[in-house]
Order: sequence, then C-alpha cells, then structure tokens
Amino acid sequence: MALGGIRNIVVAGAGQAAAQALQSLRSGGYDGRLSVVGDEAALPYQRPPLSKAYLKGEFEQDRLYFKPGAWYEDQKIDVVLGTTVTGINRARREVQLEHGGHLAYDVLILATGSRPRQLTLPGADLAGVYDLRTLADVGRLSPQMVPGRKMVIIGAGYIGLEAAAVARQMGLEVTVLEMAPRVLARVTSPVLSAFYEAEHRGHGVRILTGVQTARLNGANGQVTSVVLADGTELPADIVLSGIGILPNEELAKNAGIACSNGILVDRDGRTSDPQVFAAGDCASRPLVHYGRSGRLESVHNAIEQGKLVAAAILGLPRPAEDCPWFWSDQYDLKLQIAGLSQGYDTHVVRGDPATRRFAVFYLKNATLIAVDAVNSPPEFLASKKLIISGAKLAPDVLIDTSTPMKDIAAQAAA
Amino acid sequence: MAKITFIAHNGTERPVEARNGMSVMEVAVNNSIPGIDADCGGACACATCHVYVDEAFLSKTGEQQEMEKSMLDFAENVRPNSRLSCQIKVTDALDGLRVTTPESQH
Ligand SMILES: Cc1cc2nc3c(=O)[nH]c(=O)nc-3n(C[C@H](O)[C@H](O)[C@H](O)COP(=O)(O)OP(=O)(O)OC[C@H]3O[C@@H](n4cnc5c(N)ncnc54)[C@H](O)[C@@H]3O)c2cc1C
Ligand code: FES
Repeated sequence: MALGGIRNIVVAGAGQAAAQALQSLRSGGYDGRLSVVGDEAALPYQRPPLSKAYLKGEFEQDRLYFKPGAWYEDQKIDVVLGTTVTGINRARREVQLEHGGHLAYDVLILATGSRPRQLTLPGADLAGVYDLRTLADVGRLSPQMVPGRKMVIIGAGYIGLEAAAVARQMGLEVTVLEMAPRVLARVTSPVLSAFYEAEHRGHGVRILTGVQTARLNGANGQVTSVVLADGTELPADIVLSGIGILPNEELAKNAGIACSNGILVDRDGRTSDPQVFAAGDCASRPLVHYGRSGRLESVHNAIEQGKLVAAAILGLPRPAEDCPWFWSDQYDLKLQIAGLSQGYDTHVVRGDPATRRFAVFYLKNATLIAVDAVNSPPEFLASKKLIISGAKLAPDVLIDTSTPMKDIAAQAAA
Repeated sequence: MAKITFIAHNGTERPVEARNGMSVMEVAVNNSIPGIDADCGGACACATCHVYVDEAFLSKTGEQQEMEKSMLDFAENVRPNSRLSCQIKVTDALDGLRVTTPESQH
C-alpha cells in the first residue's frame, strides 16, 4: 500500500542503510523533500574496509564514501551531519535535533545502525583502549598501530580477527582473548573456528580461548596490561574491544515504537507506527527464508532493507528478499557466507581445509540452510540460490568435489 | 586520468573522467552509472559489478585473478569480455575505454 501525499521524508542515521534508502527513493521517482541526519562527521561510508584494507592504510578515505558530496546536492538531499536525532514526536510527526530545532516528516526512516558493546571492566576507560566501528575510531587507532607494539584484542568475532590479521601484517605483536571455548563461536561451526585459529596461530597471533578478562591495568592513564581472571597478566600498548554490537533502538523505544533486540519491522520495514520505517543493523525483520525474525548485521541486509523501505514508501512492488550473505577477509583468505547456519542439524565439509580452499555446508532436515565458503566463490554463489530455493541436498552430493558446484546446483534445481 | 565511456544496455552513452588508481566500478558508482550495484563495495565478494569491456582494451584491463574468474562463472549472460568492474584499476592506458553495463546484475 502506497502512502498518499508524502512530500517530506526524514532519514535518521547516515550509514549504509540510509545511503541505500536515499538512492532508492530518488531513483524510484520520489521528488519531494528528503533529509538525512547523521551524528558522525562524515558522509555515509562503508564500514567493512575499516577492519581490512583501510585499517592497513591501503585505501584512501574518499574511496569509503558511497557517493561524493556533489551527488547529494545534485539529488537535492539535505544532509545534516554531526547532529544526533534526540527524539521523535510521533503525534506531531517531527524529530528533535541535538542542537535544538526539529524536522517535520510525513515519513521517518530509522537507519541508526548499531554500536559496539562497551567493556565494563575496571580500567576500560584508560587511554589506549579502542572500539572499531567508525572512521573516528580508526583515526584514533591506526596511528598507534606501530610495528613491535603489543596489541590485545578482546573478542574473537569477525571484526576482532580481521583486525588481528591486519595488525600482524603490520608487524604488531597480537594476542586475541575469547571467552568462549573457540573463536567465532557465536557465528560458525567448530570446523571453521579450528581452521581460523590455526591460520592466525600460523601467522604468529597468540589466541587464548575460554578466558575471562578481569581488568585492565594502566600507568599515567595509559593502558599497560590486561589481567585475566586466573591472574595472568598480558602486557598491552593497545587494547581493542570487539565484543559484539547493540542495536541503536532507543530513539524508537523512547517514542513507544515496538522493539525487542532491534526495532521490530514487517517485510516492508514498517515499524509499529505506519509512518515510521527502520532498516539495517537497528531493525529486527522477518527472515522469510527461515520462518522467523531476527536482526542481521551485514552490508547485504542494510542494502536490502534500504530498498524494501523505499519501495514500500513509494508503493512500488516489494523487491524479492535474497539469501542473507556476508563476507570476511583475513590474510589472503576470503570467507563468503550465504544463509544463516543457526539451528543446523548436519554439516559437511567440501574440499580439504589444508588446501585453504573449502566450504562447510549446513543442513537442517536435509535442506541446505547455509554455507561458509573459504576461497570458494562457486560454493558460495551456488548456495545462495540453492538456499532460497529450499532444495533438498544429500550430504554426499555436496562433498563430491569431482562434480563442479555448478552441476550440483543445476541438478538440484532440475 | 582516463576518459571512460559507459554504455547502458539500451545504448545510451555516458563519457566520464576517471582518476588513476580508482576501480572502474568506483568511477561508475560515483557517476551514478545505472546497471552496476557493487553491493560489496569492491571486495570481490558479491559479483554485482559485472560489465562488458571493449574487446580492444581487454589486454589493458589487467589479468583476471582466480577469484574474479570463478565469480564471473556464476554471473548471468557472461561473455568472453565479461569482467568484474571492481577488479579493473584505472590507468592512463585505459583512456578511451568503452564499458557496457548489463541490463541487470541478477
Ligand atoms: C569494522 C567493521 C567491519 C565490517 N565488515 C563487514 C563485512 O565484511 N561484510 C559485511 O557484510 N558487513 C560488515 N560489517 C557490518 C556492516 O558494515 C553493517 O552491517 C552496516 O554498516 C549496517 O548499516 P546501517 O546503516 O544499519 O548502520 P551504520 O552503517 O552503522 O549507520 C548508522 C549511522 O547512524 C548513526 N546514528 C545512530 N543513532 C543516531 C541518531 N540518534 N542520530 C543521528 N545519527 C545516528 C550512526 O552513528 C551511524 O553513522 C562491518 C562492520 C564494521 C564496524
Ligand atoms: S563490487 Fe562486489 S564483486 Fe565487484
């Protein structure tokens, strides 16, 4: 259902989902007022390079932006940066801005993203302790990444491990601490965890799993070591925290919009208030290929929801929801993930991890639900299609490397 | 610098100035060339920046890496002059390059 008479759209948050919604609204024919308010100083930019090539200094900052400044002028988009949206008055249909003032809307899109979960340890506020989410974070962290310095990374998720790889390649001494018994425990299977642990160790990263961090010690306000619950003290010049993210849902919650680990939205990205939409990391959405709802933290999700929201606002047909996907670059390993593996009952490995080129398939009730493909684009690309088709696949077919993935996909589709 | 002309699948031509060191994908996106999604932003992870390169320039656009080859193998309507535009770096040698964008990336 199209919303009639929309002449004024406000986007709160200026990241990946916002950038996509702005583009899709304009390319979809919306010619009314369009404003975007972001609390960061920069125009919308890509975050993935922040823990990869950009952190290493191999990528100029202006290549991070989705669109150059001139594009926003050209498209008649009012861009308000360095400004937090502090409240929503739904009755009056306006948002309040940090420095006073407000913006009226016919439709509001919340694209507020997420923020790093904060360390709550004693010493967490010492200098030398960093997060990795924004350009400003990299601006603080990267000058400290000097060869020979000791870096302790708390949390072995994708961002922590990517940063570990970069830091090693830059010649730092790196230790990764993980509370769970294995790295990437929250997001993948033991096969993949073991593979990445071995890779990092092979590159000289020290990985300690199953450890509790007790506190950070410092001298003159600067962090000097990390102390574990068992008393082990690890010297540190730099501590990087990578212990997960929290959705920026407070703006919605405080305005009485339904939230539950994310702003709850329907397939069109509409919240419990029909004039308010949400997209990206901040939203909990129906995962149509999985028969449940959830919050995804990925580029693909932000792009897809940006498109869904724009289409719904303009009354255009709903774009087809694709298979969720994600990638991670560590050293010369490209991991491409299709689908969501949570709840798998069987997993099989195609190829030999020792060759650094293999894929782990996850099945539930004999149906493919996800793949982790390491340096294996065919396995990734074929699975993206197989997963949303709901194809039944026998494990022994999937692991038969004598049959190309393309043929396996074609047979399954037939 | 190089002048690159993007040709939409319907034949519309758009000449643009490209800075050395950028990828052809980035040039396209910055100039709002339709038909290139580039969802992964150039990480060679998404295969949504597929283009057709003028045959005369194929050798100047650089060697295809293994990754790109196997990604292209799954793109729609692949031709011998198919490339992932995020994997082509702009150099002076590309001055005059003509690139055709497909109707869709899916
Ligand atoms: C280091 C790093 C590496 C990553 N690597 C990958 C990867 O390899 N592959 C992948 O698929 N995904 C990756 N991701 C995840 C991906 O970048 C995110 O899922 C994506 O950016 C989400 O887009 P978004 O628009 O929802 O949020 P964001 O891009 O975070 O944008 C939200 C913006 O809104 C602002 N904001 C919040 N509240 C307010 C307010 N009240 N007022 C004004 N502004 C506000 C925020 O400051 C932020 O600028 C990575 C993320 C990080 C941090
Ligand atoms: S932009 Fe994703 S592969 Fe080229």
